[in-house]
Amino acid sequence: MIKNNHFRFISLGFIFLFSFLFIENVNASGSEGDFNANEMIMHHIADSHEFHLWGEGQESLSIPLPVILWTENGLDIFMSGKFHHGEETVTTDKGSYELIHDKIYYAGTYSEEAHTGEQPLDFSITKNVFTLILSSILICLIFITVAKGYKKRPGAPKGLQSLMEPLVIFVRDEIAIPNIGEKKHHIFMPFLLTVFFFIWLNNLIGLVPFFPGSANLSGNVSFTGTLAVITLFVVNFSGNKEYWKHIFWMPGVPVPVKILLAPIELISVFAKPFALAVRLFANITAGHIVVLSLIALIFILGSYAASLVAVPLALFINILELLVAFLQAFVFTLLAALFIGQAVAEHEHH
Amino acid sequence: MDLITPSIGLVFWTGLVFLILIIILRAFAWKPILSALKAREDSIEDALKSAELAKQEMAKLQADNQKLLQEARAERDKLLKEATDVATKIKEEAKADASKQTEKMIGDAKKAIELEKNAALREVTVKVAELSLEIAEKVLRKNLSDDKEQKALVDDYIKDLKLN
Repeated sequence: MIKNNHFRFISLGFIFLFSFLFIENVNASGSEGDFNANEMIMHHIADSHEFHLWGEGQESLSIPLPVILWTENGLDIFMSGKFHHGEETVTTDKGSYELIHDKIYYAGTYSEEAHTGEQPLDFSITKNVFTLILSSILICLIFITVAKGYKKRPGAPKGLQSLMEPLVIFVRDEIAIPNIGEKKHHIFMPFLLTVFFFIWLNNLIGLVPFFPGSANLSGNVSFTGTLAVITLFVVNFSGNKEYWKHIFWMPGVPVPVKILLAPIELISVFAKPFALAVRLFANITAGHIVVLSLIALIFILGSYAASLVAVPLALFINILELLVAFLQAFVFTLLAALFIGQAVAEHEHH
Repeated sequence: MDLITPSIGLVFWTGLVFLILIIILRAFAWKPILSALKAREDSIEDALKSAELAKQEMAKLQADNQKLLQEARAERDKLLKEATDVATKIKEEAKADASKQTEKMIGDAKKAIELEKNAALREVTVKVAELSLEIAEKVLRKNLSDDKEQKALVDDYIKDLKLN
């Protein structure tokens, strides 16, 4: 009971502390004039060539990230700091570039009306790519440590091991075995485990509002799309004869229906991973938008009092997002396992 | 629109990093972890199974013991009965033997007594004859001197004889 009260007191304290931090910000941005919530939110959930720490415009402090371009004249590498937050044109011996709305264009090709211009292929280590690599390193560190633990102590798990073991068993016993079956599940376990922890960790890192978090990687359609395409390959490359037969020549129905079903089934092959990609992207991005909108409310209303409502609400949504982070990783992995299970199932002949 | 436009850079890096990650984790994390988990689960299952087996073995052993005990009891009872029977038989036989022996001994004794009696009678007869001869001799000798005394003497001898 006493502990509970303490907890309440501390959390209230945190809410007030954060409220004042935001009030501070109201003053800072208020002096600059109009606040565009839409622009702010889109900027926060989009990818960026630099890691923004604090400040506005020219005075802002950012960590520059490497820019890697494949241009007409070959590979071009430099640091994004050279753009000076998009104010300056960068000229190298391979070409000259401009940074407009966090996108790199060949200098002078961008037109304001069309909102587009000529772009080199951009393989830069952006904020999202940085987070991608960071999360991969974290996952490797965590699970290689855990794996070493098993070598050292074959008995009961300890520490990090006992934290991760139930999750690994969860993926195996609740996701892989029920959907793929006892016989074949072990082939797909590395894929499912990697997908699960990779998505979950990136969802969590996305919820951290400051460096090295704050990138909206798992809410980026490129990321979710790539994972979905990999899932598509895994599912269809492991599909057996029965699976393909069910797609192109559905057994047990009249021939006209077979012909009708084939294109529908073929569409479903692509629709399934498409749904995977959109679900993860939309859920995570939506969560970020809701949190950012609630914070933006303070600036739109321009009143300190708004923070008393907006911050607890944002905190609530953030905690909800912790659940969503797990849930979406789980759903993605579960559906991947389900699709694999359909592809490798031994059908009973009816 | 930017939001739902895939960017080639991120697609490339995601694909590359994910594939490298899956290869590294497969070799250095998932395989060791899963095989360790499997080994542990197997060992637990084995332990449970062998415990169950031991339990069954124990029950069987106990049943065997019970059976053995029962058998032993039956054997003992049988042995006891047999022994009693034998003892009874021996006793009977001994009894029969003893009575036979007794009868024989009694018979022997009777015979011996008869023999002794006969022998004694014969001896008595001989002795009487001898004594009669002696008396007759003495009487004959005395008779020579006195009739009266002769008679007294004979009486005397006869008294003597009776006493004997």
